[in-house]
Amino acid sequence: MNSKTNLRELFFQECEDLLESLTDGFAELEHDSTDMETINAVFRAVHSIKGGAGAFGMETLVEFAHAFENLLDEVRAGENTVNPEMLSLFLQSGDHLADLVDAAQSGTEPDLVHGGELLAQLLTLSNAGGDAVPAAGGAPETSCTNEIGDVDFQPLTLDLDSPLSEGEEAGPVVMRFTALKDLYVNGNDPALLFRALEEMGDLSVEADLTALRSLAELDWDEPAITWTLTLDTTRTETEIREVFEFVEGFCLLEFLSDDPGSDTPVDPAPPHSAGPDATAPANASMAGSPTDQDSVRSDGPTRKAAGTKNTIRVDLDRVERLINIVGELVISEAMLSQSVTEMKLDSDNKVGTAMGQLKQLSSQLQESVIAIRAQPVKSLFQRMSRIVREVSQTTDKPARFATEGDYTEVDKTVIERLVDPLTHMIRNAVDHGLEDRSARAAAGKPEQGTVTLSAAHRSGRVLIRLSDDGGGINRDKVRSIAEARGLISPDAELSQSEIDNLLFLPGFSTNDEVTNLSGRGVGMDVVKNEIQALGGRVSIESEPGCGTSLTISLPLTLAVLEGMIVEVAGATVVVPTNMLRETLRAAEATIHAMGPGDRVLASHGEMIPVIDLGAFLGFRTPPQDLSEHTLLLIDSETGARIATVVDHLHEQREVVIKGLEKNYGQVVGISAATILGNGQIALIVDTDQLFEKSRAVQPSALFDKAIGA
Amino acid sequence: MDHAEAFQGNEREIVTFRVSDQEFCVDIGYVREIRGWSPTTVLPHAPDYVKGMMNLRGTVLPVMDLSLRLGLGATEATPRHVIIILVVNDMTVGLLVEAVSDILTVSYEDMKATPDIGSTETKNFVEGFFTVDDRMIRVVDVTCVVPANTGEPR
Repeated sequence: MNSKTNLRELFFQECEDLLESLTDGFAELEHDSTDMETINAVFRAVHSIKGGAGAFGMETLVEFAHAFENLLDEVRAGENTVNPEMLSLFLQSGDHLADLVDAAQSGTEPDLVHGGELLAQLLTLSNAGGDAVPAAGGAPETSCTNEIGDVDFQPLTLDLDSPLSEGEEAGPVVMRFTALKDLYVNGNDPALLFRALEEMGDLSVEADLTALRSLAELDWDEPAITWTLTLDTTRTETEIREVFEFVEGFCLLEFLSDDPGSDTPVDPAPPHSAGPDATAPANASMAGSPTDQDSVRSDGPTRKAAGTKNTIRVDLDRVERLINIVGELVISEAMLSQSVTEMKLDSDNKVGTAMGQLKQLSSQLQESVIAIRAQPVKSLFQRMSRIVREVSQTTDKPARFATEGDYTEVDKTVIERLVDPLTHMIRNAVDHGLEDRSARAAAGKPEQGTVTLSAAHRSGRVLIRLSDDGGGINRDKVRSIAEARGLISPDAELSQSEIDNLLFLPGFSTNDEVTNLSGRGVGMDVVKNEIQALGGRVSIESEPGCGTSLTISLPLTLAVLEGMIVEVAGATVVVPTNMLRETLRAAEATIHAMGPGDRVLASHGEMIPVIDLGAFLGFRTPPQDLSEHTLLLIDSETGARIATVVDHLHEQREVVIKGLEKNYGQVVGISAATILGNGQIALIVDTDQLFEKSRAVQPSALFDKAIGA
Repeated sequence: MDHAEAFQGNEREIVTFRVSDQEFCVDIGYVREIRGWSPTTVLPHAPDYVKGMMNLRGTVLPVMDLSLRLGLGATEATPRHVIIILVVNDMTVGLLVEAVSDILTVSYEDMKATPDIGSTETKNFVEGFFTVDDRMIRVVDVTCVVPANTGEPR
């Protein structure tokens, strides 16, 4: 059994959520640092990470989370106040916590030096830094004491109701355990819990059946039994609670004092049942009552708070399988539909009607299945806020990070593959985009620059825009660098946008000195390639003195693509329509020969290179007579345009993308394949490579032009 | 089936087939299924032995002309020809052959080395041979016949 591994995975998934809520919390604290609700939420997130990490023996993580949690707890208890310095430490600690979680997940070594500094700062800020309360026992605590000496693990005063937590010897522990409906729904069994308790000591169990109604009135779905458990053990309350760790939120657990002489009142049940209602004890704890604090302290890894979105976690493989199956279903449907059409049935035939419905249903099914993979870009944006912070610190350029459209949904794969290009773009925006303090002051701008990341849906695509309020692109400088690097000839006439687009050329870096942030030889060309690999495009706009903005336009999903099905040299191929501008008959177009074999199309006063798709794919030599052919005008990201010669146009439709990489490899000129209605495979043309081809022929064309001029 | 497991022990089953009037075989552990020939979609800029791509219930996979790959000349594929679907190095590929003949149980200890007279193709792609009755059955080295997927454009 690999249940341990599964639990571990579950923990990391939860960490992802918790870290997200942590980042959310910090963003709110930046606005209002006194909001108790937020501080509680942040505290709970850190605490839950610590709890889970402890269960898996991730010592470094526990140690750090513990120090972090202590400081937060003091803030929560009103013993410490949040100031900008502390907030900045919180943010860095949050980042480091995320690093530690990552390191634990991947089994790599975390950055202990940086972590050590942060840890020291956390301890310095914390009032309770010095006074040690003996650790309450258990693996994480022990390791913690080993590593950081006298730092206490449980900073809260634990004096009243649970003498056990001090680890002293005590009499039997009496607990009242009520299983809620969810406990059974989730497949837990109280008997197993009791068995686990039994291993700790002498256990006696007494069932309270008073709530149990007679058979006739019994509500089968509602559990009615409450157990009183008496456990004679030397274990601490924390250890006992660990037994119930995985049913938290699904049960009510009360620790009753076995000593009738004690003046501690019995807690009302809810505060002890941590979990979905964790806000309740947290709010209550603002009153500062020790019992309440205790209940929060020991609530272990909190389940995601109820009342948020109603979601389930599904293994990505399952979704992938579903998408594949539905993709095949759509193809089978198309094949069936084609056969039905070939049968030439009457128009009022039932089969035809049913086929129509089937077609509609299968396309709806496909859309819904693809939507499963869609995720808000929020998590991606949050990761970027960290990049802004780090770069702004390293470059000493204060920067504010603003986001818009956090809840715009994009395919999960797309989001994952956006991390690297976006990181690079953000580094550039802060490092190169924003001016330094003095320049900003001179331009009359606020000292703190602003970097805005926004996402929105536009006509079936996702637009992600990154803008800064910096100095804009220094076009003269860009130009002179491009000349110096031999990227353009000194007398080339370039429009402003052409100059801006020089930034995307391979091996271009405007910064004179190579910083350790950007300019490591990885230029914007890499960003551009990565975005293009996702079927997207990047464009750049810049206003001198006002800033620069980069816009990424992406398809909603990588699973389907809108394409024009065409025939060329006897083969059926798909041309993606996202960059298709116009189609026209070659017979009606003005085509001029240009040099040996090259041709250009005169259209709207432009000379557009003509490329034969069949020749591009190596299927034939370019036909001499184009009168029977059709031209597709295709745009590139940079605004260049070419005319592609094909034999016939068939139809425009959505096609399911089938990669060639797994069973074959990449193919020059082809981005992927799809399966047509007749079961045959059609290749999808990589239009960007058409432009590379056209550039390859351009020198001779330019030369001809020069001679003519 | 787990390949590592499949190859344990010397008693193995092989699938034998004809290519250009010679008899070849592969270990049955590689074979996913056997289908009749249907037209493939030609790939641009592909090596000549890659006939094209076929659709196997929604999976797109390449079909190779084994005869051409072994240097025995191109195959004029007809509906009577057969595609053996193999899984090699996590890739699913089809081999175009003339006909499948048998499934035999052999012992790999009986495999004889390829004599040092063959052409380059034979040396590279034939691991050895079995003699069963009067027949000589050449063992195709599938890991060499199917080029490794390097992820590089080709």
